[in-house]
Amino acid sequence: QLSLFRLTMKRLFSTSHSSVDSKEMKKFQLLAHKWWDEEGEYSALHSMNDIRVPFIRDTLLNMSSNYHLGNPLSGLKILDVGCGGGLLSEPLGRLGASVTGIDPLEDNIRTADQHKSFDPVLAKRIQYKSSSLEEIVEECMETFDVIVASEVVEHVADLEMFIKCCSQVLKPEGSLFITTINKTQLSYVLGIVVAEKIIGIVPEGTHEWEKFVPPEQLEHLLESNGFSVKTVNGMLYNPLWGSWSWMESTSINYAMHAVKSGAREQSSPTDALSELESEQHPATAGTAT
Amino acid sequence: TSAVMAAVCGRGLLAPLGGRLRVGPRAPLRSVAAAAAAPLYDVVVSGGGMVGSAMAAVLGHDIHFHDKKIALLEAGPRKEYDRMPDSYSNRVSSISPGSATLLSSFGAWDHVCSLRLKPFRRMQVWDACSEAMIVFEKDDLDDMGYIVENDVIMSALTKQLDAVADRVEVFYGSRAVGYTWPLPSHSCDTSPWVQIELADGRRLQTKLLIGADGHNSVVRKEAEIKNIEHRYDQSAVVATLHLSEATDNNVAWQRFLPTGPIALLPLSDTASSLVWSTSHEHASELLTMDEESFVDSINSAFWSNVNHSDFIDTAGAMFRSAISLLKPSGTAVRQLPPSIAKVDPESRAMFPLGMGHATEYVQHRVALIGDAAHRIHPLAGQGVNLGFGDIACLTHHLSAAAFNGSDLGSLKHLLKFETERQRHNVSLIAATDVLKRLYSTRLTPLVLLRTWGLQATNALPPVKVRI
Repeated sequence: QLSLFRLTMKRLFSTSHSSVDSKEMKKFQLLAHKWWDEEGEYSALHSMNDIRVPFIRDTLLNMSSNYHLGNPLSGLKILDVGCGGGLLSEPLGRLGASVTGIDPLEDNIRTADQHKSFDPVLAKRIQYKSSSLEEIVEECMETFDVIVASEVVEHVADLEMFIKCCSQVLKPEGSLFITTINKTQLSYVLGIVVAEKIIGIVPEGTHEWEKFVPPEQLEHLLESNGFSVKTVNGMLYNPLWGSWSWMESTSINYAMHAVKSGAREQSSPTDALSELESEQHPATAGTAT
Repeated sequence: TSAVMAAVCGRGLLAPLGGRLRVGPRAPLRSVAAAAAAPLYDVVVSGGGMVGSAMAAVLGHDIHFHDKKIALLEAGPRKEYDRMPDSYSNRVSSISPGSATLLSSFGAWDHVCSLRLKPFRRMQVWDACSEAMIVFEKDDLDDMGYIVENDVIMSALTKQLDAVADRVEVFYGSRAVGYTWPLPSHSCDTSPWVQIELADGRRLQTKLLIGADGHNSVVRKEAEIKNIEHRYDQSAVVATLHLSEATDNNVAWQRFLPTGPIALLPLSDTASSLVWSTSHEHASELLTMDEESFVDSINSAFWSNVNHSDFIDTAGAMFRSAISLLKPSGTAVRQLPPSIAKVDPESRAMFPLGMGHATEYVQHRVALIGDAAHRIHPLAGQGVNLGFGDIACLTHHLSAAAFNGSDLGSLKHLLKFETERQRHNVSLIAATDVLKRLYSTRLTPLVLLRTWGLQATNALPPVKVRI
């Protein structure tokens, strides 16, 4: 309770608006110790690794020309936002990346730290920090090659600010991977009624349909904040086998890959135009701006 | 046997994994600090025989294991030959083309070929109690299989292990005396790895333990995996034999005697290896009798028709003419195996036979391969090939898991290996067991059944190809 109080206080006194929703944090607090039980409350997230890790890995390999199949993500700095107990950070670390995992909930970070501590390779490659995304922006400007925000955007308070912060800490032409849930009738029936209330594969109350994000809205937000959306894929969970697969339709779960544009940070459109003009006529004197 | 088959199959796909996770520690837990001091490996293979060594070598050559640490524990000394001794070893294996493919995938087959091996093109299997026989050969006259001395295979594997010494550490003269299993994943204050204690007091930790320590597997026993086993009332006698005259010798011969099958496996144009499964008493007799009588027994076993009865011969002949009416090419001429002139002194040996099958091949952080998982009668010549098949399957799943960044000891992919291999192995082991029992009798109805069955199978290409 003390850590929750401290975080709430931080929120009251912070000068900027936060993307962290304290109601959401309370829900995850109760399950902080259950992350690594492959058959427990988080089993669906464990099996999601079977499609989201290859998706991230293959997308990054296709964009790179210099890699070794024994260490495919070596040399990449990845930020795992809302890392929870480290379920996605660890496989990315095993594939060679340097991973920074952040989560606003201290108990989650504690669980993640303890779990990685037994593997000396992972302990070196992964760093966890109890923090929100805004809190690291200042010290991490354009630091990361890749950001993964998996099953996170449906829990944040201010999605546009979240995306702006992602853009700030991402290097130009860096990749952003998001997996989340669509806001449709189908996702209400399957994602909440069936998943939470009937079969119980997701702990009850985890998701609020109101906060689900349709891919069109997400794509629009990304494109208007300096990203170019490259891939959108629908995902389907089969509760019988406990496994995920890709599907055409994005009406329930989906994954998105976007790339931050390569140009420098631009503060306003007129400045951008003048920069362009001066680049085009460097030798011509007296070009007015 | 169907009851056996039902009992040996592992759990279904929908069964919860929880049953496989250990409930509590079996040995007193050392402190985390002490445990942390022991070196941590990604995979430890316990048992450096043909299957264990090949497993370690295949993983060492896998590209997705490039940065991983593998250890192989072998109780015996290092075995490597630059040249084979002139005489042949009496322990040989029949290597299938599939196994040869696996061995060449990491460069071991080249070494085998440069030492010595004997390809065979045909296999003739026939009954002592009738004229029925079945002949196997590939249409395109390709090699059906290869007879290779076990020492040759071991030498080739040792060379390929040396080639990846930066990834695979081999501990010779090391035997594991104790294993400590981790608690299920959600209690996280103790080490999540398997702890291994060696006889000399050294300790290792590993994320995945592969048990390749033979049919009396310690890994299997310590993991408390139930094993269905049955000792056959038979022993196998092996020896190296010299033929009366040189011949192409590219046929493998097997005759089913009422006491058990006798097989002659080609080693060279002038030598063959004997594998004679028979009763324990007869096996001891064969070992103690003088060399001349031994050679006479072998020749008589292959050539004599004393077990034939007129009734069976007539019934068999009738069936054969019926088949030749329907399918003129369906009856082949029975060839006679080469006669034996002498036996290599000191090459006679015997070992008891049995059958076994582990009810589970895997548990959290543990997998069994080779004889540790399944033990079979040599009459099908499949023993080591099943083990190599296990390796191919397990490597496929581990390689994919490594490329996905998964925890190598996770039951999710280990269970996929188990399902695939149990499906394949159980039917072969059960069929071999049935064949062994069917051919162990002189009773007329059963002889007639198997006579007609064999003749029919010989005439039907689709069935033969599947075998």
